[in-house]
Amino acid sequence: MNNIPAIPLGEWVESSLDWLTDVLSPLTRAASAVVETGIDNLVDLLLIIPPWILILIIAGVAWKVAGRNVMFLALFGFLFVWNIGLWEPTVATISLVFFATILAVLLGVPLGILAALSDGFYAFIKPVLDFMQTMPAFVYLIPAIPFFGLGPVSAVFATVIFAVPPAIRLTALGIRQIDIELIEAADAFGTTTMQKLVKVQIPLALPTILAGVNQTIMLSLSMVVIAAMIGAGGLGGEVWRAIQRLRPGQGFEAGMAVVIVAMVLDRITQNIYRKKQ
Amino acid sequence: MENTVKIRVENLYKIFGRNPEKARKMTIDGLSKDDVLEKTGSAVGVADASFDVYEGETLVIMGLSGSGKSTLLRCLNRIHEPTYGKVFVDGQDITAMDANELRELRRTKFAMVFQSFALFPHRTVQANVEFGLEVQGIEPEVRAQKATEALELVGLSGWEGYYPDALSGGMKQRVGLARALATDPDVLLMDEAFSALDPLIRTDMQDELLALESTVKKTIVFITHDLDEALKMGDRIVLMKDGKIVQIGTSEEILAHPADAYVEKFVENVDMTKVLTAGDIMKKIGHVAFVKDGPRTALHTMREAGLSGIFVVRQNHELVGHVTAERAHDAVKRESRWLEEITSAEEINVVPLDEPIRKIFPLVADSKDPVAVVDGKNILKGVIVRGAVLAALAEQGGTGDE
Repeated sequence: MNNIPAIPLGEWVESSLDWLTDVLSPLTRAASAVVETGIDNLVDLLLIIPPWILILIIAGVAWKVAGRNVMFLALFGFLFVWNIGLWEPTVATISLVFFATILAVLLGVPLGILAALSDGFYAFIKPVLDFMQTMPAFVYLIPAIPFFGLGPVSAVFATVIFAVPPAIRLTALGIRQIDIELIEAADAFGTTTMQKLVKVQIPLALPTILAGVNQTIMLSLSMVVIAAMIGAGGLGGEVWRAIQRLRPGQGFEAGMAVVIVAMVLDRITQNIYRKKQ
Repeated sequence: MENTVKIRVENLYKIFGRNPEKARKMTIDGLSKDDVLEKTGSAVGVADASFDVYEGETLVIMGLSGSGKSTLLRCLNRIHEPTYGKVFVDGQDITAMDANELRELRRTKFAMVFQSFALFPHRTVQANVEFGLEVQGIEPEVRAQKATEALELVGLSGWEGYYPDALSGGMKQRVGLARALATDPDVLLMDEAFSALDPLIRTDMQDELLALESTVKKTIVFITHDLDEALKMGDRIVLMKDGKIVQIGTSEEILAHPADAYVEKFVENVDMTKVLTAGDIMKKIGHVAFVKDGPRTALHTMREAGLSGIFVVRQNHELVGHVTAERAHDAVKRESRWLEEITSAEEINVVPLDEPIRKIFPLVADSKDPVAVVDGKNILKGVIVRGAVLAALAEQGGTGDE
């Protein structure tokens, strides 16, 4: 292989990213400023509320949606997190997950619908989704910085890219697997494409779409932790700091907090789509 | 019946796959469906189908599974796009319609009922029935009103608030039927609508559809793989095999003159007791007594003809009842002049012309009372005697009592 020059794939990627950055950075930096203010405000707002009130609210929601066990999990889990002094980074992490999930759903569900309705687009998007999901998550962090700068917005951007595939995939799947006779019934009554979508396809695919949203939330959470490397802060930041200072105890505490957030979010969202089924 | 053509199908082909032209040529050259599939990779769903559906009739399309009947049905409202050929509805070529015209056609002229019911599980019974009207943008109050009427028609009042999951198969299909009727379409397309139901419920639904048909007057295209059902429901039957139409005709025509060995095979297992009707086996009546005649004349007619009883009719042959010789004799002795006084409507059985003989059999078996056959206006058409029923049963060589 010595005589054959290496294909400069890396260089190509870099030069195109450079070009994209030059063209887009005024736009992305502006967007960045807006989103950053949004995230900061949300975090500030949540931190104004005394932790015990917020914990009671979360536990109440958990009780309503997912039952008593999840309520206890949320109540004692978050009280424990507060107790070990990780309340602030936990709120920051939840806010980031919240923003990333909203963006991923706003992007993913419409793309999923498009993929369900158009065979051509489905054929195009499937390998793209495979690519997005198998590419190591860290790689997305690098181009995020020139676009959005260091900080939480880059983290949200990388997180959305990483977490959007299940929303697209399961939306498309949910719509595509609807019984053909139901679609024929809708057609036979003379529905427009929009009527069919709103009255039949989306409601019937909703449990599957929500399962996709649940996965998106879980992936967002794992990515938000990794994104601490580019200054996302939150619980990931605590873990990152513990690594750099070689403090296994601190790292474990922050890790536990991530686990608690993950379990509570998962149980609550899972129960939302189970109820729909 | 006036034979106005409601739907005309002309040389219709439906070919699935990439090379329809080649597949069509091969089919015309007489290659079988399997050969065409192997050589071109295209599946011939329907090949060269031409037929008319008359206004107000029930046309049954019958064939085994894979014979193309469901595909053909879906070509009538272009749920499947016909590959070649034309379909006219009320003289309009629907294969030439654009998306808007087609949508309008589906909204106003057609409604479909499906084998697996195809009820929307996320909608209540009421909301399911309203679906077609909702799609047309009709106001909620009108919609609710029409849905209530349609549910009443199929006997499901009181179930409006339930979800389809809570209903039995028979009830689900009633909802399916109500949903189809709610838009007041000209044509009902019924795709094996009763095939998923168990036999008893199925018979009930068939009877109810027949009863409904006489009140709501719809053109029905009905798909089935069951010949008994076809014979019972259909004014005319289209028999299909491997995508082609093998024979079109009334049940009698198909039973009496099967077009080929395939049809014959279908037909030979038919239970004749379900096919033959009162009209087929009744005897014409030679002697009746008219109401105005009086008992003496009636008694005289009975003596002349050697009868022990006689049907009493009005001038237009509308059936009034029956008089026995004994009672006529008493009346004459009492010098009564009014035949009506001694005419009884209770000691006779009255059946309509299209009553299947399976239902007449118990009537003649259980009592000696005569069975009168009348038409829709209660005009006396004939009488059924025991011997005729037994003869009809014997004619089919004992297959009826398996």
